[in-house]
Amino acid sequence: MSLWQKHAILEKNSIILVIGILIVIAIGGLVEIVPLFYLKNTIEKVDGVRPYTPLELAGRNIYVREGCYLCHSQMIRPLRDEVERYGHYSLAAESMYDRPFQWGSKRTGPDLARIGGKYSDDWHRDHLRDPRSVVPGSVMPDYGFLERTDLDYRHIDGDLKVQAELGVPYTADMIAHAQEDVVTQATNDSPEATDLAKRYPKVNARDFDGNPRHVTEADALIAYLQMLGTEVNFKLYDDQANIR
Amino acid sequence: MATAIAPQKTMTLGEGGLALFFAGLSFLAIVVASKAYTSGYAFHAYLFSAGSLAAVFAIINRYFERPAEPAPLFIDGKPNYNMGPVKFATVAGVFWGIAAFTIGVYIASELAFPFLNLDQWINFGRLRPLHTSAAIFAFGGNVLIATSFYVVQRTCRARLAGDLAPWFVVLGYNFFIVIAGTGYLLGITQSKEYAEPEWYADLWLTIVWVTYFLVFLGTIMRRTEPHIYVANWFYLAFILTIAVLHLGNNAAIPVSIFSPKSYIVWSGVQDAMVQWWYGHNAVGFFLTAGFLAMMYYFIPKRADRPVYSYRLSIIHFWALIFLYIWAGPHHLHYTALPDWTQTLGMTFSIMLWMPSWGGMINGIMTLSGAWDKLRTDPVLRMMVVSVAFYGMSTFEGPMMSVKIVNSLSHYTDWTIGHVHSGALGWVAYISFGAIYCLVPWLWNRRLYSLKLVNWHFWISTIGIVLYITSMWVAGILQGLMWRAYTGLGFLEYSFVETVEAMHPFYVIRALGGALFLAGALIMAWNLWKTVNSAEIAEPAGLALAPAE
Repeated sequence: MSLWQKHAILEKNSIILVIGILIVIAIGGLVEIVPLFYLKNTIEKVDGVRPYTPLELAGRNIYVREGCYLCHSQMIRPLRDEVERYGHYSLAAESMYDRPFQWGSKRTGPDLARIGGKYSDDWHRDHLRDPRSVVPGSVMPDYGFLERTDLDYRHIDGDLKVQAELGVPYTADMIAHAQEDVVTQATNDSPEATDLAKRYPKVNARDFDGNPRHVTEADALIAYLQMLGTEVNFKLYDDQANIR
Repeated sequence: MATAIAPQKTMTLGEGGLALFFAGLSFLAIVVASKAYTSGYAFHAYLFSAGSLAAVFAIINRYFERPAEPAPLFIDGKPNYNMGPVKFATVAGVFWGIAAFTIGVYIASELAFPFLNLDQWINFGRLRPLHTSAAIFAFGGNVLIATSFYVVQRTCRARLAGDLAPWFVVLGYNFFIVIAGTGYLLGITQSKEYAEPEWYADLWLTIVWVTYFLVFLGTIMRRTEPHIYVANWFYLAFILTIAVLHLGNNAAIPVSIFSPKSYIVWSGVQDAMVQWWYGHNAVGFFLTAGFLAMMYYFIPKRADRPVYSYRLSIIHFWALIFLYIWAGPHHLHYTALPDWTQTLGMTFSIMLWMPSWGGMINGIMTLSGAWDKLRTDPVLRMMVVSVAFYGMSTFEGPMMSVKIVNSLSHYTDWTIGHVHSGALGWVAYISFGAIYCLVPWLWNRRLYSLKLVNWHFWISTIGIVLYITSMWVAGILQGLMWRAYTGLGFLEYSFVETVEAMHPFYVIRALGGALFLAGALIMAWNLWKTVNSAEIAEPAGLALAPAE
C-alpha cells in the first residue's frame, strides 16, 4: 500500500481530516508566537517607559478610533534614512503598553513613533484643523471636529482598571484619580500637577488645544502625540544590556 | 378508501430553542441600549434587538407555513438539495462586491483629491476599513459561503445539514457585516488591520462561524460518496483555521458590557506577531484556501475536464496549509520583532512559492484537451486568468518577503498594488467566474449574455492593469525617494515631497478602480437579466463521460 493510497484514510474520515488540519496549522503559529513571551531580548525592560496617563490613553483611543494607523506607522526601522529622518529606531519596550499595537503597515503620511516634542501644540492644533494650512501638499483629512468635541472621560477609570487586569502597572491610586488626572493634565499651571507627575514621570501638563475652558478630544490627541517616543533617554540607553 | 392521517405538526427543538434564544437576546440588547456609554453603541444594541425580533417572527411564521414533515433528504433517489441559503449568499455577494468597489474608488479619490474627506464619518481613516472589510469579508465571505454550501452538497450528494442552521449562517453573517460596517463609520473599531470589529461583533461572528463549521461538517458526514472531494478539504481548512485565527487575534476584555471599547489581551510586540499571524493567514486561508476550493470545483466543471493531477492536489493542500501559517512575520521585517522570527517568516514565505505554483499548475493544466474553450467561453477565460493572477501574486509575495526587497517596498504603495493583483485579479475573478456558473445553475436559466461577460472581462482587466502598474511605480518611486541622498550626504526629499509625487499615480489608480467597478456593474445587469428571464433552461442532467 503506497503512501498515496494511505491518504484515502483522510479522505474517507471527516473527523480525522479535521484533526489532521488542526495539527498541521498549529505548528507554525506556536513556534513563532510562544517564545516571544519569555525570550529576554523580546521583553526587555527599558528605563523611562511608563503606562499612559488617562488623558494620553484617551488620546490614543481617539487615534485608534479614527484609524490613523492606516496612513501613519509607529515603527522606525534601523535603516540609515529612517533613523536620520525620524530618530532612534523603535524598541519593543516602547510599545509594551500598547493595546492594540499601532505599528501600522503603510506610510501615506510620515512615521509618528517619535513625533513627540518635534512640533508645538499650536502647530498640531492647526494641522488637525486644516492640514494644508501648515503642510501644503498634504493629503490628510481635516480633523477640526476634535477641538469642537468635548472629551468623554466619564468612564476612563474603567479603561485603566481593565488594563490593570491585563497586567499594566496601574495602581489603585492611579485608577482612583483617573478622572481628575484628565482635567489636571489638560490645564495650565494646575496645583495638582506635581501629584500627577509623581504618578506619571515626565508628564506634559498644560492646555494643549488653545482652549483652556474645555477638555476636548484635540487636547487628548495632542497630549498623546506630544509624548510619543519621548520616554526613553537614548543617551543612557544600553543596546547591549538585553541581548541574552 | 383509507384516508391518510395528517401527521401532527410540532415545533422542533431547533425552532423553539432558537426563537427563545433570539427573544432573550432582544431583551438583553434593549437593556444594554438603555445604559450604553456611547450613542453609536446604543444604535448597535437597538439593531441587535430589532434583528432578534425579526428572527423570532420569521421562525414562527416559517413554522406555520411549513409542512408537518421535515424536508426529505432524497426525492426519487436524488438528493433534495437546499439551495435557498446559497441563492441568498450569492445575491449578497454581488451586492457587497459592488459596495466594496464603490467605496474603494471613493477612498482612492480621497487620496488623490483630499477635499473629498467631506466629514468625519467618511474620512479616509473610517472608510478604508469599510472598503477592506466589504471586499474581503462581505463580498469574499458571501461568495465563500454560497459556493461552499453549493459544492459540499453537490460533491457529497447530500442535503445541507440542519434546518434553520444554514439560514442562521447566511443571515447571521450578513448581520455581522452590517454591525461591523456601520461601526467603522461611527468610529467603533479596534484598529487591528482586517480585524477591526469590536468585541461584541467578534462574539457574534464566533457563534455564526461555529454554526457554519457544524453545518459544513454535518453535510460531509451525511455524504453518499465514499471520498471527500478535494474542494471540501480546502473549504474545511479555511473554516477551521479562520476560527482559530479569529479567536486568537481578537482575545480582548471589554471595558464594560455597556461599552463598545475593549482592550486586547496581547500588547506591543506580541500583539504585532499575533496580529500578522492572523492577518497573513486571513490572506492564506480566507482569500486563498477558500478560493482554491472554488478553483477545484468550478474550473473542472466549466471545462468539463477532470482535475489535472490528484497527487498534486494532495501535495498542494498539505504543503500550502502547513507553510502559510509561518509567513506572518514578513509583515514585520526590520521592526522590533526579534530577527529570528523575521528570518523564519521570510524563509517560509519563499518556500510557499512552491505549493502556490503547484496549485496554479493544477488549476491551469485542468484545461488539457479543452484549451479551445478559452476562445469561446469568457467565463472559463475569467477563471483561468484568475489562476494566472494567482500565480503572479504568489511569485510577487515571496519576492517582497525577502528582507532586502522589503526594506524598499514596505510602507509603500507597492504593497497596495500587490494586494490588489491578488484581490482583483485572483479573488474577484475566480468569484465572478463561480457566480457566472452558479446563477444559471441555481435559477435554472441560461446566462443572459456571454458577450456582456466578455465586456466585463476586458474592461475590468484594463482596470486591474492600470491599478497594479500605477501602484508599482508609485511604491518603488516612494521607496527610492525616502532613501535618496544628496551629494553632501543629506536626505534629498522632505516627506511631503514624496506625498506630492504620488498624485498622478493616485489618479490613475482611481481610474483603474472605476473601470473595475464598471465591469462589476455590467455583471450585475447580466445576472439580473438572467434571473428574470422567462425561459427556463433544461436542468443539466448527469452527462456521463464517454469512454475515450
